[in-house]
Amino acid sequence: MYRTAEGKEIFVVDGHIHYWDGSPENQKNVHGKQFIDCFYAYHSNLSPPEQRWEKSKFEKYSEDDVYRDLFIDGPDDVAIIQTTVLSDFYKNGFSCVERSTSMAARHPERFIVNGSFDPRDGEKALDHIRFLKEKYDIQGVKMYTAEWNGDNKGWRLNDPEAYRCFELCDELGIKNIHVHKGPTIIPLNLDAFDVRDVDHAATDFQNLNWIVEHCGLPRLDEFCWIATQETNVYAGLAVVMPFIHTRPRYFGEIMAELLFWLGEDKILFGSDYAIWTPQWLVEKFWNFQIPDDIASERGVQLTDSVKEKILGLNAARLYDIDAGARIQQLQESPALLEPE
Amino acid sequence: MNSRSASAEAQVWSCLDQVMDPELDEPVTDMGFIEAVNIHAEGQAVEVEFRLPTYWCSPNFAFLMAFDIRAEIGKLSWVRNVSVKLIDHCFGDRINSGVNEDADFSSVFAEYCNGESLDAVRIKFLEKAFIRRQEAVLQGLLQQGFDSNDVVAMTLGALDSVEFGDQTATLQRPRYRSLLLSQGLAGDRGDPAFVTWAGERLSACELGNYLSRSRGVRINMEFNGALCRGLKSVRYGEAPVAPPDPVPVPVRFMRDAVPP
Repeated sequence: MYRTAEGKEIFVVDGHIHYWDGSPENQKNVHGKQFIDCFYAYHSNLSPPEQRWEKSKFEKYSEDDVYRDLFIDGPDDVAIIQTTVLSDFYKNGFSCVERSTSMAARHPERFIVNGSFDPRDGEKALDHIRFLKEKYDIQGVKMYTAEWNGDNKGWRLNDPEAYRCFELCDELGIKNIHVHKGPTIIPLNLDAFDVRDVDHAATDFQNLNWIVEHCGLPRLDEFCWIATQETNVYAGLAVVMPFIHTRPRYFGEIMAELLFWLGEDKILFGSDYAIWTPQWLVEKFWNFQIPDDIASERGVQLTDSVKEKILGLNAARLYDIDAGARIQQLQESPALLEPE
Repeated sequence: MNSRSASAEAQVWSCLDQVMDPELDEPVTDMGFIEAVNIHAEGQAVEVEFRLPTYWCSPNFAFLMAFDIRAEIGKLSWVRNVSVKLIDHCFGDRINSGVNEDADFSSVFAEYCNGESLDAVRIKFLEKAFIRRQEAVLQGLLQQGFDSNDVVAMTLGALDSVEFGDQTATLQRPRYRSLLLSQGLAGDRGDPAFVTWAGERLSACELGNYLSRSRGVRINMEFNGALCRGLKSVRYGEAPVAPPDPVPVPVRFMRDAVPP
């Protein structure tokens, strides 16, 4: 919970966090090293200097670090853990549903653990979705359409085999589909630039919520256009948030675009922990205003009630969390660190 | 270094100033991507080393930059041979051998891109560059007090004579102009200064909407630019990274996510 200077309590759902092991012991090859190094570069570059971690802690942080950074020093009430397996690079995977669930066991009421699957695995993907629902009761998944799979260099949300998976998700009540549409990295093919598949999938699966992480940047214009047409498309602010520190005016421009096109009910806060920690992001966000010239041109502003929605109430709605009841429950069992 | 080789190297750097990162529309020299310029073999062979903000930067763009570096330097009359060396990149070896042997993108990456050509990417990003440059010039004019009617009626000659207060507009005007001419969107001083990428005239009443869309394009490009600069400064603030495996392994975020 974030407490404002006036003492108002703000419910915070952190829509996008990880619990990874990128340590040298778990790296399989140079790609594993390069992958975590790239994350570390995001961290080092976009964090205020006093928030920077040692490399070794960044590679593998402890359960206590998570509890402290999110819930004790940080303002999160509930954090949504995304799954990124990367088993070509890491011996035991990078950020897996099993390890995350085990970490979350101390305070399960504070976490939502999402799964993942690859539609190109065909029948196996369907089996895996059933397994994830049965064993972990997942409510959401994280998708990487730009991922390679053997000879295949990426897929689209509206591929027939993806549709079979989403039909099953719909049937099983896995309704929150987080989609990574972010900075351009591998692969090679042109589809990597594209967010238009969201348009098709969102139209054809009205019961599912499509949360586009990183707002489709650097394709914000295309994303905004799509999200305006579809009632079930949301913007996830992971990676966008830290620009509030490095380039605040630019952050204001992005927020103005999102508020203008999508509206205040369809934007979700995410820290992308452990790339960034939520404490300073939420603090700065609460005290942020879109610069006047940009705000007046678009006719939008980040008022307190808009911020409250973005920080928690919008995600709470998607994940069926009753904010009032959850705050009550969390106050009765505050997050604790393991005894020394 | 004697003055002759110093001048040769200066010429190479001016060529490099003409090579853009296609995604950012900023010169590779400004981005700090060029690591070294070496001139060998009695001053006729040039080798350029460059590196990018991350090991994972899109091979499309890396290939385009490598290709353009070679093409630009090849225009110098005294140059007999140019080789490009991309370092610390997951496809470095393949890009280097492909570009230096004059292969095209689809043959270098035949198994990955189903014969797709890079020209479509190039054109797509040229359009974005056009919109961004044009937006800066248009915003500069509005700041100078020109209204939408003035702007849409303006000729290239009139644009040339405007004194901008805004630095960005001053910087982008010649770059916008050169794209107008190279794309055949304007020919002489009497032609309209502002048209769409498709060559259509802008209308005064639609200018606001048009600029709003242009702003979206600029926001995207700025996002990339800010990330690239930042990531590069951090990446090479430390010791050099280990050389990659000889055979790149494709990215798989979720292999084995499905139990066998």
